[in-house]
Amino acid sequence: MSRIRKSPPGVDPSLLVKDAARLMPDPTRRLFLRGGASLGALAFLTGCDIIDGASAEHVLMKISYFNDRAQAWLFNPNKLAPTYPDSAVRRPFPFNAYYPEEDAPDVDKEDYKLEVGGMVDNKKSWTLDELYALPQETQITRLICVEGWSAIGKWTGTPLREFLRRVGADTRAKYVWFRCAEGYSTSIDMPTALHPQTQMAFRFDGEILPRKYGFPMKVRMPTRNLSSGRRRNLGDEPRAAVKRDVVPQPCERHDEPILDSDQEIDVGQAPE
Amino acid sequence: MSIGATHDQALTPAAPTGAIIHPRWVRLTHWVNAGAMVVMIGSGWEIYNASPLFPFVFPRGITLGGWLAGALLWHFAAMWLLAVNGLIYLLLGIATGRFRRKLVPIRPGEVLADAKAAFTGRLAHDDLSVYNAVQKLAYLGVILAGIVIILSGLAIWKPVQLQELTALFGGYDAARYVHFFAMAAIVGFLVVHVVMALLVPKSLRAMITGR
Repeated sequence: MSRIRKSPPGVDPSLLVKDAARLMPDPTRRLFLRGGASLGALAFLTGCDIIDGASAEHVLMKISYFNDRAQAWLFNPNKLAPTYPDSAVRRPFPFNAYYPEEDAPDVDKEDYKLEVGGMVDNKKSWTLDELYALPQETQITRLICVEGWSAIGKWTGTPLREFLRRVGADTRAKYVWFRCAEGYSTSIDMPTALHPQTQMAFRFDGEILPRKYGFPMKVRMPTRNLSSGRRRNLGDEPRAAVKRDVVPQPCERHDEPILDSDQEIDVGQAPE
Repeated sequence: MSIGATHDQALTPAAPTGAIIHPRWVRLTHWVNAGAMVVMIGSGWEIYNASPLFPFVFPRGITLGGWLAGALLWHFAAMWLLAVNGLIYLLLGIATGRFRRKLVPIRPGEVLADAKAAFTGRLAHDDLSVYNAVQKLAYLGVILAGIVIILSGLAIWKPVQLQELTALFGGYDAARYVHFFAMAAIVGFLVVHVVMALLVPKSLRAMITGR
């Protein structure tokens, strides 16, 4: 299980690291580059040479795709995530992202537009006031981070399925894809998108989302099933996702879209 | 004089009758489990490090996966091997009567006596086909820990889809602690188990060749 290995001759370590980053699963790519990319970190290819590292990674990815199917099979769209009383809410709520708090994107309320595309009837973009005018619901659910910690929080917003209905989304599409304020993008499978607890959240604990918690909007997915929807961003190659049952969304921005004027929801099929 | 010197010449038969001590299915499931366990523990430690439960982290040199994402890939791959192999082992152990023959009954008095003998270096290992009381307790204990670790792992992995199971463990956060303590028990067993196998080499041979 030793992960000590020598650098392959003639290889520039920093270029190798950049190369490897491109092969990494999407949500962790920036984690990898930000959080101490190093040859040592490439050791998840343990057991194989860095040069031939594709084989270990390949096997793990295949199993990961299998897990996608197993999780999709396990997913019951009628099963609700447990809810809690107001007293259970963690105050103050933890901040978590793959960057420090001061780097949380600053989105201008006046400029903000949520763009909509893909397999929908109505592609008009939405201002924040229009979004706030949608029917709002409050949920008190547990956020479970991919890192393992959890915290109970209170989010108010519009069920995503309600929004999808209003834009005339074709629910036969396989995925809903989000692009976030800091350029991060992710997709979710349609069953998760349509789950009653999947929510476009605008408020946390009664207050409009502060910048550190994802102003103007975050998408809560209490029963997030990281199934095959995770593998594809429209136009990109399929890549395996980090496996997690993201019951309520994991940490802010690890997987939570926050959308600003450049960003969009797309409803569609993945390219084959 | 050490236990090893008197009882463990590699060439002496491990069972007085020369019979098979560990049938092939025992040996196969044993080694597959060993491999799966090492991967689960190593990757599990790396996952723990992402959000430690206690004020310590496991040194990077002994964890598997490189970081959280890699560790999760390993963990969710080897879990299938662990679970399927473990299930086969349990089913065969019950169906063949091996558990009934080898692991029970356990009498507290015998446990105390054998433990004392073990710590004073006088516990004999002449007949590997019969387990002493300490062994029986340890093997039953690690089987139980293995069941608990898998169930608590499922509770952490799917706290909504398997919320009833998660609730059995006291909720998501509590299930993490149960998962950790089951790991600690297994690692504790592992250390003693490996040391004993090295001190009594014919036992290691028996788990490879069967005799």
